[in-house]
Amino acid sequence: MAADSIFDEMYGLDGTIRSPYDGIAEWLAATGPATFATKREQADLLFQRIGITFTVYGNSAGTERLIPFDIIPRILTKPEWRILERGLFQRVRALQMFLADIYHGQEIIRAGIVPAAHVLRNTLYRPEMKDVDVPGGVYVHIAGIDVVRVREGEFHVLEDNLRTPSGVSYMLENRAVMMRLFPHLFTDNRVAPIDHYPSLLLRQLRSVVPPGAPDNPTVAVMTPGPYNSAYFEHAFLAEEMGVELVEGQDLFVRDDALWMRTTEGPRRIDVLYRRLDDDCIDPLAFNPDCQLGVPGLLSVYRNGGVTLANAIGTGIADDKSTYPYVPDIIRFYLGEEPILNNVQTFRCGRPDDRAYVLDHIADLVVKETQGSGGYGMLIGPKSTKEEQDRFRRLISDDPDGYIAQPTLALSTCPTFVEEGIAPRHVDLRPFVLTGRDGMAVVPGGLTRVALGRGSLVVNSSQGGGTKDTWVLED
Amino acid sequence: MLSRTAEQLYWTGRYMERAENLARILDVTERLAVQGRQRDQGASEWHAALDILCAEQAYNARYGDVGEAGVVTFLTLDRENPSSIYSCIRTARENARALRSNISSEMWESINTSWLAIRDMTDTDLQTQGLREFLDWIKVRSHLFRGASYTTALHDDGFAFTRLGTFLERADSTTRLLDSKFHLLADSGTDPAANYYEWGAILRAVGAFRAYHQLYHDVITPIRVAELLILNPQMPRSLRFCFDHVSDFLETLCAGRRLECERMAGEFCAQLRYGRIERIEARGLHDVLMEVLDHVAGLSAQISRDFMMTV
Repeated sequence: MAADSIFDEMYGLDGTIRSPYDGIAEWLAATGPATFATKREQADLLFQRIGITFTVYGNSAGTERLIPFDIIPRILTKPEWRILERGLFQRVRALQMFLADIYHGQEIIRAGIVPAAHVLRNTLYRPEMKDVDVPGGVYVHIAGIDVVRVREGEFHVLEDNLRTPSGVSYMLENRAVMMRLFPHLFTDNRVAPIDHYPSLLLRQLRSVVPPGAPDNPTVAVMTPGPYNSAYFEHAFLAEEMGVELVEGQDLFVRDDALWMRTTEGPRRIDVLYRRLDDDCIDPLAFNPDCQLGVPGLLSVYRNGGVTLANAIGTGIADDKSTYPYVPDIIRFYLGEEPILNNVQTFRCGRPDDRAYVLDHIADLVVKETQGSGGYGMLIGPKSTKEEQDRFRRLISDDPDGYIAQPTLALSTCPTFVEEGIAPRHVDLRPFVLTGRDGMAVVPGGLTRVALGRGSLVVNSSQGGGTKDTWVLED
Repeated sequence: MLSRTAEQLYWTGRYMERAENLARILDVTERLAVQGRQRDQGASEWHAALDILCAEQAYNARYGDVGEAGVVTFLTLDRENPSSIYSCIRTARENARALRSNISSEMWESINTSWLAIRDMTDTDLQTQGLREFLDWIKVRSHLFRGASYTTALHDDGFAFTRLGTFLERADSTTRLLDSKFHLLADSGTDPAANYYEWGAILRAVGAFRAYHQLYHDVITPIRVAELLILNPQMPRSLRFCFDHVSDFLETLCAGRRLECERMAGEFCAQLRYGRIERIEARGLHDVLMEVLDHVAGLSAQISRDFMMTV
């Protein structure tokens, strides 16, 4: 695709500065390269000292790395944000209804919108959750929706993350570091605040206590442990909310309740914000080889002794093979047209789509339906003949396991790289919170940036970086 | 609080204190080795440093001959030695990382900054910097962590567990240091000059040189050094001082519950409070100090039973 057809967040399509970036453009012009170099070093030191690191898998065990932070913010206007917010709420609301439905009456299947086999034969569908009523009817308390922009006012949803989405701590720390390094930027630009995210999260979690819980319920964050890639975030959220950060070894099940071991004996937990996959949460019910969870937790949960956030079994709604159905899911439950578009998606399980994908693999992005974090995908235009052949074989062996999408012209944003300031592709992950009484989102989200020239892979596990994200007040 | 958190706080306190104590032991060893009157005293001081830490075997297996260069490396930057200063900071930092949500950000940053500085340090860096400089730096890092704990953390149960770790580790270290030096310097007898240099070095290493003179206004004698480091209630590295605090923190933690650890600490505290150095000398200093070590170990185990294995 030609470079000039790519929308730039700062320069649009025609190279003139878009008005939300006026302040930043001035600042970039007025600040010398030496100052930027110093500030970037300071930012790295700050992240290093605060310990905002993530662990890289497949590397030597427990390698901590910094996520590269770029000091040029990504900016959205209030009107743009209003559209995004409405679209996000609409999408998440519909996905909640979808989950409630497939675990109860399954009307969407009977209506023929989503095939029964697609849901019931999917390993992410948890029969254990059938007819379980979750508190407040909320399945997805925290959703991270990956959005990309292709043009002025045109946003697409690339992916839904409805299991244990991560990245919100980077969103918050990026802002804290920016405010520390460049305080005057925040007096010159009216940037909507985001620091109240943890208090919103706590409020939403406390709203979904199980029946019979005390007035002052106990909330805890559950982590797989310090060697998990997102451990910093788990600790950060527990600290910001002022709740305990627990591991499986701290918990046990007794008398149809979940307890944590404290210095003064057992204490009951009412709401568990768990950052563990379904598979690992209870070795008696799911994967017996995973020892990070709590034996018997599923049974306590099913009997209403504790609330899990997110609910068990939400993976069926964010699976990449479900993604193509989401616009119809929105129409079915809400009777509305989707505000945010999907990206055109070919399902390799359909013969016509598969034939097209196999013929055009060099122009497409191929993804494993159950993969995440940028692992297990092929970027056609950037791939070698061998990689293309390998994916052709993978698709032919397991057509249902793959989808493909056209390579999108993700928007770019000016970014500091070795050659100076250059455009790099970005996406956006806003975090949508749902409680008993409604939904909430802080303005903005986490902007991820692909640091390689022309690269479209923004995942931090694949060398992507992050930026502070601003929503300007009117 | 979570039992695991209590345990990790306790060990964070212990390991930071251990790093500082190692620095102090190296400090006194180097001072004594440099001013040794007999030609072989230098070597015996480096032996003693290993002996204090019960580390001679581990040392011999990897280094062979005991000498300054080997012992300094072994006790400071050796990545493989689990009791080196490097390993203590690494362990304290790993614990602190797991505790992120339970300690103040300034406590975490003080530990993490220490770790980032020592992480890539080489023997050459250490030589360039100078041993004494390095040891002073370690002491400062420990002071900084303690200061951050005192002034930025809630003085709640978590604080009490961190401090328990600090004081038990310190009591253990003071006991070992005293015992080793009494043994090694037994033959200096009553030579005032020898006493001044040798016991003076020990007092300096534990930061008590001035305190000694303020309290006794007299020449340095071994038995008064022992009195100061065992029975003095105002000397922060004395056993009495450590156990007064251990006892207080346990009282807070027990909050009216009758737990065995509190009784044990109280009983031992009373012995120190009403003890006399002449009686201790008559019973044999070495025997008394060995009892103290047993007591520290026993109390540590009981604290674990009372708070960390509650369910």
